Amino acid sequence: MEIILISLLNGFVYGMLLFMLASGLTLIFSMMGVLNFAHAGIYMIGAYVAFEISRLVGYFPALFIAPLVCAAIGAAIEVWGLRRTHHNGHIAELLFTFGLFFIIERGVQMIWGMLPVPYRVPAVLDFPLFTLYGINFPAYRGFMLLVAAGMLLGIWLMLTRTRIGLIIQASLTHPNMVSALGHNVPRVFTIVFAGGCGLAGLAGVIGGNYQVTEPSMAAALGPIVFVVVVFGGLGSLGGCFVASIIVGMVQTFAVVVDVSLSDMLGGIGTWIGTKNLLGEILSVPVARIGPLLPYLMMVLMLLFRPRGLLGTRDT
Amino acid sequence: MPWLVRRLATVVLSLGLIMGGTAAIAQETIKVAFIAPFSGAFAANGDAWLKMLTYAMNNVNARGGALGRKFELVTFDDKIQPAEALIALKAATDQNISIIMGGIGSNVAAAMVEGVSKYNQRNPRNRVVYLNVSALSNELTEEKCDFWHFRFSANVRMRVATMVKGLPADVKSVYLMNQDYLYGQGVAADTKRFLGEWRPDVKIVGEEFIPLGKIKDFSSYVPKIKASDAQALLTSNWGPDFNLLMKAGNEGGLDIKYYTFSAHLNGGPRAMGDGGGNRALAVLEGHDNMGEETGNQAADNWVKGWRATGAEFDFPWVNFQTTWDMLAAAVTKAGGTDALKVALALEGIEANDVYGKKNVMRKEDHQLLQPFYTAVFTKPVKYDSEKTGWGWKTQSGASLPDLTFPPNCNMKRPSGS
Repeated sequence: MEIILISLLNGFVYGMLLFMLASGLTLIFSMMGVLNFAHAGIYMIGAYVAFEISRLVGYFPALFIAPLVCAAIGAAIEVWGLRRTHHNGHIAELLFTFGLFFIIERGVQMIWGMLPVPYRVPAVLDFPLFTLYGINFPAYRGFMLLVAAGMLLGIWLMLTRTRIGLIIQASLTHPNMVSALGHNVPRVFTIVFAGGCGLAGLAGVIGGNYQVTEPSMAAALGPIVFVVVVFGGLGSLGGCFVASIIVGMVQTFAVVVDVSLSDMLGGIGTWIGTKNLLGEILSVPVARIGPLLPYLMMVLMLLFRPRGLLGTRDT
Repeated sequence: MPWLVRRLATVVLSLGLIMGGTAAIAQETIKVAFIAPFSGAFAANGDAWLKMLTYAMNNVNARGGALGRKFELVTFDDKIQPAEALIALKAATDQNISIIMGGIGSNVAAAMVEGVSKYNQRNPRNRVVYLNVSALSNELTEEKCDFWHFRFSANVRMRVATMVKGLPADVKSVYLMNQDYLYGQGVAADTKRFLGEWRPDVKIVGEEFIPLGKIKDFSSYVPKIKASDAQALLTSNWGPDFNLLMKAGNEGGLDIKYYTFSAHLNGGPRAMGDGGGNRALAVLEGHDNMGEETGNQAADNWVKGWRATGAEFDFPWVNFQTTWDMLAAAVTKAGGTDALKVALALEGIEANDVYGKKNVMRKEDHQLLQPFYTAVFTKPVKYDSEKTGWGWKTQSGASLPDLTFPPNCNMKRPSGS
C-alpha cells in the first residue's frame, strides 16, 4: 500500500515534467506540422542556462530568465530557420530540426564538457516535505508540481481567455481559414514556437536538478516525449496531459511490479510455456522491462487508434 | 644556376629529414591505447580512469619507463558500446599501437576480448595484447578466456567472496540490487552461491536488476527496499547508477546498511555524504588510508602524490599501479612491444602492489591474484574522501591464497608460445 501511494506521487511528478515538455511539442506539431526534433535539445539548454544563472544570481531568477532565453532561441530558430524551409515541405523542416538537435548537443558538449555539471536543488527547497510510511517526500518535488500546475493553468487561461489564444486554437485545426480571415499566421507560428521552446526551457530548469544535467540528457528524454505526443494525440493538449500522466505512472509503477507478463496472463487463465522465445520474453519480470513499456504502448496505440487518445488529426 | 639550387634544396631537405627523423626516434614513446567511455552516461568514469592511469604511468616513467623509453597513453572513446569499442580498436591498430588498455564495462570487455582474438588471427604480423584493468566478470577469464587478454584486477568471484567473508554476523536479511548485464548478473549469481555456502543464516528478501546507465531517478526503488525490511542493501551498481541510487536513498531517508562494490569510486562518497557515514561498506583493493593504517610510508607517499595532482576523488584502484609496474617489467623482458613477447613475459609475472603485497598474474587464465579488503565509510580518518569529512577504514581482508580459486580456462595458445 505504501509503495502504491509513494509511486503514485512520484509518477505524478514525473508525468508533469513530461507534460511540460510534451505540451510545447504538441502545440508546435499541431499548428505547424513540424515535428521539432530539437525540442529535447532546448530542454537541455534550459537546464544548462539555469545552472549558469543559478551560479551567478540564484535559482529563482533562473526560473524566469532561462525560459525567456529558450523562447528567444526558439523565436530565432523559427524566423531564420523554419520559415525559410517551410516552403520546401514538412520533410525539410523535420530534417532541419533533426540537424539542429545534433548541433545543440555538440555545442553543449563543447561549452560545458562531457561530464555532468553540479546543478543542484536550491538549499531553501532541499528538505523533506512530509514523511509517508518512513520515506521522505522531498519538498522540491512539491515545488515541481506547483510550477507545472501553474504552467498548466497559465496555458489554459491564455488559450481560452485571450484573443491570441483563440487565434492559436483556431490555427491548430484550420490554419488556412485563419489566414484567409486576415490574421498574421506566420507571427502566430513564431509566437507558438517560441512559447513551446519557453515551456521546454522551464521544464529544463525544473528537471535539470531533479535528474542529472549532462550532455546526454536530451537523448535520454527525447524519445519518451515523442511517445507522449503520439500517445496523447495531435492537436489536443488534454490528450497530451492524460498521456503524460499515464506514461509517467507506467514508468514509475513498472519498477515495483515484480511479476512477469506471463504471470499476469496466467491470472486470467492463459498459460504460456517458457520453452519458446515468446514464453521467454513474457516471463521476464515487468520491473526489468520497465523502460520498454511506453514504447510498447505507443506501438499498440499506432496499430489500433492512430489518432491517439484524444487527437483531432491523424498521425 | 638552377641545378645548384636543386642540389642545395636536396641537401637541405635530406638533412632536415634526417635530423627530424633522429629527433623523433630519440623522443619516441611507447604508445598504449586506452579505450574507454569519454561521452555518455559513464563519461565521468572514463575521465577518472584516465587521470588515475596517467598518475600511475607517470610514476613508472619517472623511474625510467621501459627500455629507456617513456610510456604514453592515447585515448579512444567507446561510449561504453561494444560496437564503438571495436571501431576504436581498429583506430588504435591503424596507429600501430600494440598494447591496448581498457576495462570499463564487462560487456565492452567481452566484445574486445573476442575482437582482439579475431584481429590477431587475421593480422599475425601486427598483433595486439589487451590489458583489462577493471572489467570484472568471471567469464572473461573462464568461458571467454583468451591468450591475448590479461585481467589486472580481482574478478567478481574474488570480490563477492571477500564481501561475504566480511559480512558482519548480525546481518540476517539482504536486498540485492545489480545492473542487468554480464557483470551485475555474475555478482548476483556468486552472491547467492557464497551466501548459501558460508552464510546460510542470511535471507535474501528482495532482488532487483536495473538497466545499465538508464535510470536517472531511483526514488521508485526506495519504498520497495523499505517495504522488504532488509537490514542491508547489497549492490554492485557503479558509476551513475550508484551515485543516483545513493542520492535517492538519502532524499528518501532510507535507514539501511549499504554493502557495495563501488561506493569508493569517483562520485560515490559525495553522493553518499552524511547518509553513508557508518552505514556504507565497500569491497576494494585499497584505499587512501591503508598506507597509514599499516605504517607503510611508501604507500602514504604515493597517496600524497596523488592528492597533490589536485584530483577530486580517491585512488582506490591500486591495481592500476601494479598494471603499469608489470607492463614495464614485461616490456623490458620482452625487449620491445611485440604483442606475443609481451604476453609471454606477462604470464606468471609477480610484482608487489603499492602496499608491498605480492600480486601474481596467473598463467593458466591470465587472472591477477591479489589480496582484497572491505572498508567502512567512517570518521575520523587521515584522508577523507571527496571533501565529505568521511573516509575509508579497513574492516576485513582476504589474503591471496584465500582468493585463489581453481582456474577454469581452456586457453588456445598461439604457435610459438
